[in-house]
Amino acid sequence: MASFFEMVKWDQLWEATLETLYMTSISVFTTFILGIVLGLLLFLTDKGNLWENRSVNVIIAAFVNIFRSIPFIILIVLLIPFTKLLVGTMLGANAALPALIIGAAPFYARMVEIALREIDKGVIEASQSMGATHGRIIFKVLIPESLPALISGLTVTAISLVSFTAMAGVIGAGGLGHFAYLEGFQRNRPIVTLVATVAILILVFIIQFIGDYFTKRTDKR
Amino acid sequence: MISIKDVGKVFPSKQGQLKAVDGVNLEIHQGEIFGVIGYSGAGKSTLIRMLNGLELPTEGSVTVAGRVISKIRGSELRKARQEISMIFQHFNLLWSRTVSENIAFPLEIAGVTGAERQKRVNELIKLVGLEGRENAYPSQLSGGQKQRVGIARALANNPKVLLCDEATSALDPQTTDSILDLLVDINKRLGLTIVLITHEMHVIRKICHRVAVMESGRIVELGQVLDVFKNPQQSITKRFVQQVTEPEETKETIEHLLERYPYGKVVQLSFVGEAAEQPLITTLIRDFDVVVNILQGKISHTQNGSYGTLFIHLDGKAEIIQKAINYIHSQQVGVEVISNG
Repeated sequence: MASFFEMVKWDQLWEATLETLYMTSISVFTTFILGIVLGLLLFLTDKGNLWENRSVNVIIAAFVNIFRSIPFIILIVLLIPFTKLLVGTMLGANAALPALIIGAAPFYARMVEIALREIDKGVIEASQSMGATHGRIIFKVLIPESLPALISGLTVTAISLVSFTAMAGVIGAGGLGHFAYLEGFQRNRPIVTLVATVAILILVFIIQFIGDYFTKRTDKR
Repeated sequence: MISIKDVGKVFPSKQGQLKAVDGVNLEIHQGEIFGVIGYSGAGKSTLIRMLNGLELPTEGSVTVAGRVISKIRGSELRKARQEISMIFQHFNLLWSRTVSENIAFPLEIAGVTGAERQKRVNELIKLVGLEGRENAYPSQLSGGQKQRVGIARALANNPKVLLCDEATSALDPQTTDSILDLLVDINKRLGLTIVLITHEMHVIRKICHRVAVMESGRIVELGQVLDVFKNPQQSITKRFVQQVTEPEETKETIEHLLERYPYGKVVQLSFVGEAAEQPLITTLIRDFDVVVNILQGKISHTQNGSYGTLFIHLDGKAEIIQKAINYIHSQQVGVEVISNG
């Protein structure tokens, strides 16, 4: 057993974990911002809302639906020219970021839209009747009122992003997926794959725990 | 204060054009509590929402406190809305904010900051009687308390007009009365003009000075609340007035009484104003040789005076009964003989 574990290069595992954390945190943060913007646009341009605009709504909805539907592994490949243009290389954690964000942001945008739809229309109307600007309605009503749902949606998205990073790892982005595939599978060391899996599981549980905590704390309903 | 001229509102619908409001003219005075009553779909909700620009009229003009609400847009409209507050049937509070923070919201919008905002919030909490609940969230409050927060929030920027959109319809009768008392108190203390819409005549009776009755987009009757109670013209108005002056089972009861008292006369008396407060029945028994049997009655208080109906049965010699009826007439009490025995 001891010799078994000696096969695991712990410093490499640690490094891979840091890479996964790096990719996950940057992509979660960017997805959060982009998803909120897209989700708000989807919601606000919808029928009967503040910025009702059918053509803008249809365009954003189409964009969101297309990128949400492409399997992630195909998306990475599709985005290779775009990534090369943007990052300059296809290797390393940074090269995974464009695909991660473009894969996850539309998914989160839909969740944001659903969260915003849950807000009572009367509350928006009340804010309008008080003379609130659209900016104030967005930042002081829409976002705070839907915050628990925004957070729980982000938790789900972040967990998908962890698995996305693992997939991106296989094609050279580094991280725990890369580690499990290259050090574990390719070198025929299943114990390494197992350890990498446990590391990913721990990461997912931590994200879920943090997400649940903040969802509960912000929910005053 | 509020002037509504030839206002109409048409909604496009699948079955063609839907005329929600049709040729409405109204003048509402400073410091008045004005009620609009109608059944659902009568257009009263659309009408009140045109007073703060939540709906725009398709024809005519709406002027509130010197501003033509139906014309202005953007920042000018937002500025105007700070002077025309609204409270809602379902309160529409922000559940993510505490009582204090909800009341502070319109102040944030108006740009009131820091200590001044906190001071105003405290004043308002005291005004609506929510001391001790400042840090509660709306989900921890009862319906009546939520509406008090709604009222405090509406008063935050010292508005000139308060619009009440079915503000008590989601509350139980007792809570309704306490909210109505609060509105009267605010009206008297701050001289605030209040416009309310409702489907309950009880609300009109209890706090309004004038009332407009709406039916299919039009105002079919308009007047002082007491006058409307005394002398309703339209059948819809009569039905609304009956909501408060006559208990529901009146008709059945009367029919039953007519069967039980085939002799003498069943008389309906209607009292208005001071007459309602005089001891008519005592005088009747003392001065005339008749037997008076009180069958059913109710007195309602309005902001302009009292109004009541009383059903009595008179028995005795026919000529004396007639004299008694003449006497009642002379006391400015309405008399209607329901049947001859």
